[in-house]
Amino acid sequence: MFRKSHTPLITLCCLALGATVAGCSTTGEKSSSSSSSGSKVTTVTLVTHDSWVAPKELLAEFTKSTGYQVKVLASGDAGKVANSVVLSKGKPTGDVVFGIDNTFASRVVDAKALTNYTSKALPKSASAYALPGDSASAMTPIDFGDVCVNIDNAWFASKNKPVPQTLDDLVKPEYKGLFVTPGAATSSPGMAFLLATIAKYGDNGWQEYWKKLMANGTKVTSGWSDAWNVDYTAGGGKGSRPIVLSYNTSPADTLKDGKSTTSAMTQSCFRQVEYAGVLAGAKNEPGAKAFIDFMLGKSFQTALPTNMYVFPVDRSIALPDAWRTAVKVPEKTLSVDPAKITANRDAWLRTWQDATSG
Amino acid sequence: MRRNRLGTTGLALAALVPLVFLAVFFLLPVSAMVARGLHIDGRWSFDAFGEVLGRSRTGRVLWFTVWISSLATALTVAIGVPIAYVTYRLKLPAMGLVRGLLVMPFVLPTIVVGVAFRTLLAPSGPLGFLGWDGSWQAILLALVFFNIAVVVRTVGSRWQSLDVRQMEAAAALGAGPMTVLRTVVLPALRPAIVSAASVVFLFCAGAFGVVLTLGGVRYSTIETEIYLLTTNFLDLRAAAVLSLLQAVTVIGLLLITERTTARSGLVRLRAGVSARQRVRRSDLPLIGLTALAVLFVAAPLLTLVVRSLQVGDGWGLDNYRRLTRVDESPVLAASVTDALATSFRVAIDATVLAVTLGLLVSFVVTRRPRSTAGRRLLSGLDTVFMLPLGISAVTVGFGFLIALDEPPLDLRSSPILVPIAQAMVALPLVVRIVAPALRSVDPRERDAAASLGATPLRAFWDVDRRVLAKPLLAATGFAFAVSLGEFGATSFLARPENPTLPVVIYQLLGHPGANYFGMALAGSVILAAVTATVMVVVERLGVRGTGAF
Repeated sequence: MFRKSHTPLITLCCLALGATVAGCSTTGEKSSSSSSSGSKVTTVTLVTHDSWVAPKELLAEFTKSTGYQVKVLASGDAGKVANSVVLSKGKPTGDVVFGIDNTFASRVVDAKALTNYTSKALPKSASAYALPGDSASAMTPIDFGDVCVNIDNAWFASKNKPVPQTLDDLVKPEYKGLFVTPGAATSSPGMAFLLATIAKYGDNGWQEYWKKLMANGTKVTSGWSDAWNVDYTAGGGKGSRPIVLSYNTSPADTLKDGKSTTSAMTQSCFRQVEYAGVLAGAKNEPGAKAFIDFMLGKSFQTALPTNMYVFPVDRSIALPDAWRTAVKVPEKTLSVDPAKITANRDAWLRTWQDATSG
Repeated sequence: MRRNRLGTTGLALAALVPLVFLAVFFLLPVSAMVARGLHIDGRWSFDAFGEVLGRSRTGRVLWFTVWISSLATALTVAIGVPIAYVTYRLKLPAMGLVRGLLVMPFVLPTIVVGVAFRTLLAPSGPLGFLGWDGSWQAILLALVFFNIAVVVRTVGSRWQSLDVRQMEAAAALGAGPMTVLRTVVLPALRPAIVSAASVVFLFCAGAFGVVLTLGGVRYSTIETEIYLLTTNFLDLRAAAVLSLLQAVTVIGLLLITERTTARSGLVRLRAGVSARQRVRRSDLPLIGLTALAVLFVAAPLLTLVVRSLQVGDGWGLDNYRRLTRVDESPVLAASVTDALATSFRVAIDATVLAVTLGLLVSFVVTRRPRSTAGRRLLSGLDTVFMLPLGISAVTVGFGFLIALDEPPLDLRSSPILVPIAQAMVALPLVVRIVAPALRSVDPRERDAAASLGATPLRAFWDVDRRVLAKPLLAATGFAFAVSLGEFGATSFLARPENPTLPVVIYQLLGHPGANYFGMALAGSVILAAVTATVMVVVERLGVRGTGAF
């Protein structure tokens, strides 16, 4: 109920809005010197996950040798990255993607979201981590990490209990209520553990195994972080469970007087390999390929363990000191064919949800 | 009173600006996601509805979402209203601090809160004897913990402005305190209570990190289900169906609240702040309840502080120190001061945007058109702007990715998207706080001002400003806190070169490594403490500024 226009008020509001949008914004965005006018492209845009860590000096080295600036777009976890690559197929947000692992790899390959590229920089030892068949040319392995059951040896020693050795042991009554694992539906190591049990017990046996695990008082948390920091006896949270699903590098984080008080169960490991790929429709395809070559090079491979807690695919690289004593890379890991993972992922997860939430 | 054409045009303009924003940054991404799920091979296919809605799991999830959110809302309102009275109406010391404490949970990353609650409730924790770890009780407590501030601030800021003369008159006529409460105070507060309740319900139904962390594998809500379907299964059909189900639920809920608030008559609000009452004996139980609530909010926060100070087997500030040294921890993308500065810059942008748009929306939806159609249109507008609170952040986040991929709107990797996404979440809160205040202005006052020759802007300045000052302050504080704490939609947007503090915290949490967890908690403590301090200070300044009117 008003009689005159209230245009002045609206004008004011519009001005305030306009100011914000027009970049009187306090975010202070420095528009990077990306090319839009068809001149020579000088940026490579990397799409990756939140765990991406690369020191500035390292990226400067890449810029120095190739002339490309690296722009990093990091968001979410490996699954989110894989999905966003699939969803934005053909109109990628960047040029090169890093961090899609073997549990999501064939989803991305099948969606034809990547351009084939086989790097000449690929070290000999990397072929062991390549995707099977034709997919090998779509994605380049960069690093790997092993997801293993971890044991708090100090706890078992103080209780005079024998340490569990195999996955079979985890369902025995003497280990009732001692195991905690992040869930397969909500965490990437959790998914890796589900796949480890599928590899070990087969299509028909794994569900039975999980029923026994749950009946034996296994705790399933949503993520790795609260399993380790709340429930695990050696995780700093003074938890009550001495067996946790984590990584083979985790014993390096539980050192006492220079020696680890925990160990990884080497027979329970599932290997997660992280891949890089050239995005189909990339604005800067040569830059993307150059960056993949760089990630396979000595500098980058050497920086992987200290920055991202993973192992370089180039096995000739020396590992950090703490890892040499406390960390074992298992000779044999449990594995499932990536194509089979993509084909069955949904069915497996639904079955797993039913088995664990009952 | 003849409405001239210019006025209507102005109104339409005022509505248009926020609508365009909403259309581009919310409706477009969401419809793109839904279309991706249901528009297959050039045809719309709706057989997914029967299939998804027919799953037994869907029914369970929907039911759990509705009852846990309703229960949490009822509990939050029951606790929040008395606390609003104690912290805003009584003459007690340190109430500003209490209000600051209660707002802390609001900005904490949900995963961190989940860990704090689990630390308390796990079998080895101090409250382990309750056996609530991984139970619905834990989820309920956490939801209340997060949302108390919403009720306290929304209801409290209105309570402050109630004209006490009505209550005094009722009391002088012999009505007891309970009667005054029932017949005078509660009806006057009802719009604020209903507003707060609807916001809390949507926050609860949309809660996600908390439910994941505390619900273990047993409990999931529509929100967590959409997240799993999208991220893990890439089952866009089912996710689209559930997103639509969410939208229908939200709209239904809002229509109900609309009915409830529409009936409330005109309430006189005063400019400035009514004098606080001295504590009477009848207030003691309420003060007791407030003390309990403060304890309840403080317990998880204390857990965080304690664990952030833990260094190996001893104590110290090492985790805090490490947050300042980027070169020592490779995972630390930015020092805590830089990240905090970035967070604040983004939050200021988001707040300016949310408050400006919120003012426009409030201004439009509080007009009183003569025609039923006009009234319907306005309440429809009101509802549309509430949608961002009720729709899954995952849907919006992936929606950005597939909808905003064409120039001129290829904003997928632009830092500007972050404050915009946060403003979309904060906007409904602003409207919910500001609109009731504007509704309480007697239009005759504006007409009187106008007939004395005041321009509409002048009339607005003289009439509306008086009741707007405090709600606007409250809304600004809220928008700021929402922006600082929002991580749902933001986590889907590309992390800019300069990460915000919540982003840094999540990165640290996700990394296996000896010190990262402690550092993540230290960062969370800093985020909560700084936010609360800022809000307390702003409130102080604001009250001083507006008290002079």
